[in-house]
Amino acid sequence: MSDIPSELKYTKTHEWVRDEGDGVVTVGITDHAQELLGDLVFVELPEVGAEINAGDECAVVESVKAASDVYCPLSGEVVAVNEVLTDAPETINSDAYEAGWMFRLKLVDEGEIDSLLDADAYAEHCESEEH
Amino acid sequence: MLIHEQSRSGRRAFAQAPKDRPGLEDIPAEFLRERPPALPEVSEMQAVRHYTRLSQKNFSIDTQFYPLGSCTMKYNPRACNTLAMLPGILGRHPLAPESHSQGFMACLFELQEMLKEVTGMHDVSLVPAAGAQGEFTGVAMIRAYHDSRGDSERTEIIVPDAAHGTNPATAVMCGYKVREIPTLGNGDVDLDALREAVGPQTAGIMLTNPSTVGVFERNIAEIARIVHEAGGLLYYDGANLNAILGKCRPGDMGFDVIHMNLHKTFSTPHGGGGPGAGPVGVSERLKPFLPVPMVAQDGYGDYYWLTEKERPQTIGKLMAFAGNAGVLLRAWVYARMLGREGMIRVAEYATLNANYMAARLREAGFQLAYPERRATHEFIVTLRRQAKELKVNAMDFAKRLLDYGYHAPTTYFPLLVPECFLIEPTETEAKEALDGFIEAMRAIQKEAESEPDTVRSAPHTLPVRRLDDVRAARELDLKWSGA
Repeated sequence: MSDIPSELKYTKTHEWVRDEGDGVVTVGITDHAQELLGDLVFVELPEVGAEINAGDECAVVESVKAASDVYCPLSGEVVAVNEVLTDAPETINSDAYEAGWMFRLKLVDEGEIDSLLDADAYAEHCESEEH
Repeated sequence: MLIHEQSRSGRRAFAQAPKDRPGLEDIPAEFLRERPPALPEVSEMQAVRHYTRLSQKNFSIDTQFYPLGSCTMKYNPRACNTLAMLPGILGRHPLAPESHSQGFMACLFELQEMLKEVTGMHDVSLVPAAGAQGEFTGVAMIRAYHDSRGDSERTEIIVPDAAHGTNPATAVMCGYKVREIPTLGNGDVDLDALREAVGPQTAGIMLTNPSTVGVFERNIAEIARIVHEAGGLLYYDGANLNAILGKCRPGDMGFDVIHMNLHKTFSTPHGGGGPGAGPVGVSERLKPFLPVPMVAQDGYGDYYWLTEKERPQTIGKLMAFAGNAGVLLRAWVYARMLGREGMIRVAEYATLNANYMAARLREAGFQLAYPERRATHEFIVTLRRQAKELKVNAMDFAKRLLDYGYHAPTTYFPLLVPECFLIEPTETEAKEALDGFIEAMRAIQKEAESEPDTVRSAPHTLPVRRLDDVRAARELDLKWSGA
């Protein structure tokens, strides 16, 4: 079973969200997602300053098997992106939750975080997708 | 070794032939090039050996079973090649007048008529040069149709997630927004999701039937009703036409436009990077928009070109002339050889072969992705269990199959099914070939259990070992830059 840290929040489309306080969150794709995709060869990140609505496509991850959209888990403004991924997309494969983070959002509405899945609910969701 | 690396300055086709070539002095000096072209300088014999060796390293339909799902790698009868190369046809200039081209135009006209009949569409244009251009043409006609009615608020094309991968790309190329709808666990389109997705913004839906998961869409009539009621049109991706050829027709299912991959279903050469052919067929309402030129027949039985003059609403020309003539001629020969009865047998044997393989592989312990459904011309095996329990994945099986002398099936597509093989035997394979492949799969399964490293590190018998596709993608370098 892949790694699902209990302190993070998740989406059904396999993004994770870490609450950094002050209405800022960090976003990436889960260990389960990188496992399904296989070795990543390309990552396209959103632009700093972009305002994105929850559910919108905001980034692309590409492996030798497939290209996949990353959906913005919450509405907000992009305040930072992880430039390391441009040259080293494999960082997501090796460390999806720390070094492999993708971007940071300044949220429009902090309350939205509560609508995301917790670790147990996400684990259950992954399980149900298996069958 | 690249042929460029064999190059020696001044070496030419015949080493012993005199160096001075007569005739060149007649060419005015201003038309002569100052520097020779950057081509390898080798003898004819070197060139022949080089390309013969390359072809021997290759896996091809002429040498191996090639069950590449979704690609219909069937045998290309030699007769098609021979007849399309008749000197009278080969030497015809594309600008030759109609009066000098009646034989050639008769073939194209008959091909248009045969494709109309077998797909149930009202008119066919042979122009698109490949499947992708056929798709582009189809969606461009959907746009032209809505625009001609002043119905320009339609901005979305619906694409089920089991559709062919090119469909969303085509919709975007034509300026539409893609709306994806899910596929149910049984392989059919989710009708509730479709009902929710359609509306005044719907320009159309792109469907592959049978779908990419290798099953026939059972609710196609209902899907057509829902989309038509919303004012949208139905696009049929002809990728899997082989399964239903002569048995049922996209036109009767309610489709408004279809592209056909002649290089798949009509057995023209395939997989060499082209040229291809992707004719489009349409329902009555899309007829005016078909790309020109097309061939028509007048009251005296003479053939003539239909151009912008006769078809003022056409989306226009897609290439300089009327499609890839050589490919179209091969398809015409193929269709004439088969006839109506033969086309039905294509679908029956393609389907029988796929279902036979599916049943035998299941017996051998492999897991089918849709075990409760009858396969069409192709089916999906999932190696999820092997990947999990034995740490031997679909790619390892695929590479090991090469050692056994089989081209691997399509791997990791469709994306809906993890660790999958999409297997399409086609109608042209004998039972012995199918049995051989099944035996190879059994043998690899045994190896995966007893000596998994052999499978993980395959292939072992080919000119190159396992290629590092990750590095190739990350550090793409296709340019030869000299020794």
